Amino acid sequence: MSQYQEHTESVHNFEECMKCTVCTAYCPVLQVNPLYPGPKQAGPDGERLRLKDPYFFNYALKYCMNCKRCEVACPSGVNVADLIQAARIKYEQGKPKWRDRMLASTDFMGKMARPVAHLANWTTSLRLTKSILDAGFAIDKRRSFPKYSMRTFEQWMGHHHKEQAAFPEQVAFFHGCYVNYNYPELGRDLVKVMNALGVGVQLLDKEKCCGIAMITNGMSRQAEKNALHNVEVLKKAVEGGLKIVATSSTCTLTIREEYPHLLGVDVSEVKDSLMHACRFVFERLEKGAVLEFRDDFHLKVAYHTPCHMEKLGWGVFSERILRMIPGVEFTLLDSACCGIAGTYGFKKENYEASQKIGAKLFEQINTVNPDVVACDCETCKWQIEMSTGYKVMHPISILAQALKDND
Amino acid sequence: MRFDTIIIGGGLAGLTAGISLQKAGQSTAIVSAGQNSLHFFSGTFESMLGMPPRVVDLFAEAGIHLHYTPGVRLMSLGTFGKAFLALEDTDLFPTEKFARKALVVNFAGFNDFFSSFLAQGLEKQGIACRVRLIHLPELDPLRQSPSEMRSVHMARILDGIWEKVVQEVRVLIKDEDAVILPQVFGLQGADIPMKIRQAIPARVVFAATMPPSVPGIRTQMMLHRRYEILGGTYLMGDEVARAHVHDSVVHSVATKNMDQHFLTGDHFILATGRFFAKGLASTPEKVYEPIFGLDVDYSPDRNTWYDADFLKYQPYMRFGVKTDPQLHPMVGGEPLKNLYAVGSILGMTRPDLGSGAGLAINSAFTAVDNIL
Repeated sequence: MSQYQEHTESVHNFEECMKCTVCTAYCPVLQVNPLYPGPKQAGPDGERLRLKDPYFFNYALKYCMNCKRCEVACPSGVNVADLIQAARIKYEQGKPKWRDRMLASTDFMGKMARPVAHLANWTTSLRLTKSILDAGFAIDKRRSFPKYSMRTFEQWMGHHHKEQAAFPEQVAFFHGCYVNYNYPELGRDLVKVMNALGVGVQLLDKEKCCGIAMITNGMSRQAEKNALHNVEVLKKAVEGGLKIVATSSTCTLTIREEYPHLLGVDVSEVKDSLMHACRFVFERLEKGAVLEFRDDFHLKVAYHTPCHMEKLGWGVFSERILRMIPGVEFTLLDSACCGIAGTYGFKKENYEASQKIGAKLFEQINTVNPDVVACDCETCKWQIEMSTGYKVMHPISILAQALKDND
Repeated sequence: MRFDTIIIGGGLAGLTAGISLQKAGQSTAIVSAGQNSLHFFSGTFESMLGMPPRVVDLFAEAGIHLHYTPGVRLMSLGTFGKAFLALEDTDLFPTEKFARKALVVNFAGFNDFFSSFLAQGLEKQGIACRVRLIHLPELDPLRQSPSEMRSVHMARILDGIWEKVVQEVRVLIKDEDAVILPQVFGLQGADIPMKIRQAIPARVVFAATMPPSVPGIRTQMMLHRRYEILGGTYLMGDEVARAHVHDSVVHSVATKNMDQHFLTGDHFILATGRFFAKGLASTPEKVYEPIFGLDVDYSPDRNTWYDADFLKYQPYMRFGVKTDPQLHPMVGGEPLKNLYAVGSILGMTRPDLGSGAGLAINSAFTAVDNIL
């Protein structure tokens, strides 16, 4: 009998589902959108049917935000969200809409917008532009758009390459589209923190967008190309003896888990070397590294664990770093999704659901009334800033601000 | 990362231990491989030998009010079981015949509450029953996806319109002295079920639905929050992959998410549950404990593990890890000095500690007292 049991392993563990329904209690979408069949139905239950006949594929699976909360809650180790996204990749017919292509092509849009950043930022802030995007592309007009930066992080690094190379120890930085095109300040904060730990920062040999937005917007082939490219450049760094850090929780999760699970791209040679910056910093401090802090620093911080940080299981590192900063008054916000889920909340058909999902989190933030909300995810930042008015900072930026300036 | 005590398993036993240790000033982490059997919690504690004040206090500090009223509880199919302690919105009765006449109410389209089975069961006890359905248009959105018309989703809507439910019940009620409603109220707290009770002129009994359990999820959420407020680190969705043990002492554990980043501690508590939660696993040849390879008390003959009559008592329910009197589990007969086994993973190896929720809490307290 045991020789049969050895062969019962199923794709994304779907045979392990006991039908206990715990995942459905934690799905944020199911709470607000009755059109969504829910993680159990869309995932393991649906998979059984889809394997018999692709006819049973349900287009309502597009309502899944890929937040992975079902997987975190599952007591049986079923990769519920992977099942859903893999089914979308396998069975969804037709080409993605122009709108979805535009939202998913963060790299391309960044390249186009950067030279005319002021104009782009001004244009996208106009009510007229928002109305046009709303009517023409179904991008909800109530959204605020991320701003583009005139100078990319890569350009800034180009000017600081030499001083960084002078550090005896080096780390490579997977900055992602957001740091590069929208918010190079975060990249500079990371450099400041790493330098304070005696570590110099290098760029990878031309990284590409991690591709998560492509995966969830029906562009998995493009995502796979990016994945293969990124794994190559990461390998090069690893072969050069470097660890790679990332500030984005989603980029980190995508490369470590979505590449092998959804795109079939092998990451075994790079996975252990790629980690979230907060984990890297924590491990350094645990091994005895010392940071010098300002003695006049006071900040009331409420930390929101992004869904993908929960899935990684690494929110504790960000939490620990923040708690350790002298002058930080820390509150851990309840585990909840903010509702944006990358490009999901930008789509007109999801706007209402997106805001309803986040409502509990926004309410708690208002009650706590912090100076800043801390969070490792760029899209959570947009959502929380837009929906609560509170400023959102990456834990690395808060750490950088709290450091004593030695120059 | 270093902690005083690392608790493996985040259900009732793990949370009870975690809260008690944090309160005593320890730093602890709970590693929880997904959610737990509190999601099937009926709201009552089966056996609670001794220690009720300690349990009542611990829950009260988390905002959960318990009442100690040894008696019987009504189960979802209209049968009764013994229980000692219960959530404030869950009833315990001195005898099975707790009323003269009962109105059993369900909501149209809700298939996870077996109102007619329940009525049949009650009639056997001499309680006359009338079953009625309430149709609420507010629940229509849920009906679009009938398979997802579950207790928790119902509670999210019903908690907002409970007064309307009260009105509907008041119209239906005739000369009944009891009203039975499904446990689909009070996801955030017991206040709404308590208000419903006050507003209906009969004894209101909330009976268990199919999982997930609304009072169970509420209990999990409130204990979890209490644990985090006390400074505990709850690692949700992570699981221990292996343990590092030397000379019968556990030094650290490696988890799936933390890979090379080991969690080290002075003490370890194993609260991983039984077969459902994978605290115990089995092959056709053996029953084993997957993390430490602990000695398990089970019968070697596989044919005696179960009764072919599904509804009869199943002997495998008795299996559990062997421990010494201090709850140290063993490997090859040798106790692991800083590891404690608590909760249902003990099976029936320690009948003195009770069973079910009672075992979870009693054994957690025993381990905590041995650690402190």
